[in-house]
Amino acid sequence: MTAPTKKPPVETQADLSAEIAKIEADSEGRNVRQPLLDYPPYRSSILRHPTKDPRHADPETIELWAPCFGHSDVDPLEADLTIAGSNEPIGERITVSGRVLDGEGRPVRDQLVEIWQANSAGRYIHKHEQHPAPLDPNFTGVGRCITDSEGRYRFQTIKPGPYPWGNHINAWRPAHIHFSLFGRAFTQRLITQMYFPSDPLFALDPIYQSITSQKDRDALVATYDHDLTIPEYSMGYSWDIVLTGPSRTWTEPEEGDL
Amino acid sequence: MSTIPTPGQTIGPFFGYALPYEGDADLVPPGSPGSIRLHGWVYDGAGNPIPDALLEIWQTDAEGNVPQAEGSLHRDGWTFTGWGRADTDLNGHYSFSTVLPGATAEGAAPFFALTVFARGLLDKLQTRIYLPEHPANAGDPLLVSLSEDERATLVATADATGLRFDVHLQGDRETTFLNYG
Ligand SMILES: [Fe+3]
Repeated sequence: MTAPTKKPPVETQADLSAEIAKIEADSEGRNVRQPLLDYPPYRSSILRHPTKDPRHADPETIELWAPCFGHSDVDPLEADLTIAGSNEPIGERITVSGRVLDGEGRPVRDQLVEIWQANSAGRYIHKHEQHPAPLDPNFTGVGRCITDSEGRYRFQTIKPGPYPWGNHINAWRPAHIHFSLFGRAFTQRLITQMYFPSDPLFALDPIYQSITSQKDRDALVATYDHDLTIPEYSMGYSWDIVLTGPSRTWTEPEEGDL
Repeated sequence: MSTIPTPGQTIGPFFGYALPYEGDADLVPPGSPGSIRLHGWVYDGAGNPIPDALLEIWQTDAEGNVPQAEGSLHRDGWTFTGWGRADTDLNGHYSFSTVLPGATAEGAAPFFALTVFARGLLDKLQTRIYLPEHPANAGDPLLVSLSEDERATLVATADATGLRFDVHLQGDRETTFLNYG
């Protein structure tokens, strides 16, 4: 397999950490959109961020509605990432669950949630993946579900490993699960990453640190939740997601809807 | 209960085995009566094509109705769901098969709502794709608020199979992106 040849990075983690610290100090106390799109420590962002501020638009009809997904789109078995193979995947079994809410704390019901992640060794099933960690024939790392009447999602999976990614010398991503979410309106669309508590790589990672305020960064970190463990079987993490952006007027669900 | 909005993060390089699916970009079967191709290229600030971007469109049907039918992930070929997804190929090219969106009200300018994700792009970008030479464009509140150059970045051009719309994340022809706050 041939991959595009890239110049090897020359910057060290110390160089990157200094850049990260400077940007965080400069943005302290400023109310800026999070994450920053112009964030040079993430080298790939340098030519891929708009230089102009977004223009304001009053959302029109189509933008106040979200695309509709449902149970014909997703098989309930797609929420279990551990059953793709004929045997059990290797790694620490976890349940990840939480609620998808709008900015007023109301549930985002019956909506699509998609996830993808590396295996327990930090390897993705992807043709451009170059990390020489083992693939797991029993783990594809892709899941989907539809939120329930309380906006809740739930996945059964294994804990992903950290992986190196070539941004600078010996750059490692903290363990994470990619999440794709649709809200109650087009404007609320979100793709993000969920992290695990107390990861020692947080301080070193330009992608996580592109969110320059600690309270906003904290919103991406799941909480260990003993109530989500399956006794004698698996660990549990909870993580709620808040989607903001204008949507059409909220109508209380009818009794029969719930 | 936390009400801090959850920040976005980049889609990264490895979504290709997870988010695309069979029929994702075909809102209607290609070549079916009334179908058009909506396609274009996605570029970075150096003018190089971006081979790892993901675009999603969301639109009214040809009569201007907001679709509320499920089935985008398992298309039956008959139900118009109004939503589609296309990843760019190695040349940075994307392509949808769809219909022209209708106006939602008398005199309103129809458009495709567009979301852009890419490796290297730390959060989603959203904007509109307007139809070329549509008479309602002249009175559209967003289009009239923009300079001529900015306006040009939001209007597709007609070609032999339908519409072409390029996305420039940065540079002289940087696409005008929107916020709705
Ligand atoms: Fe990743």
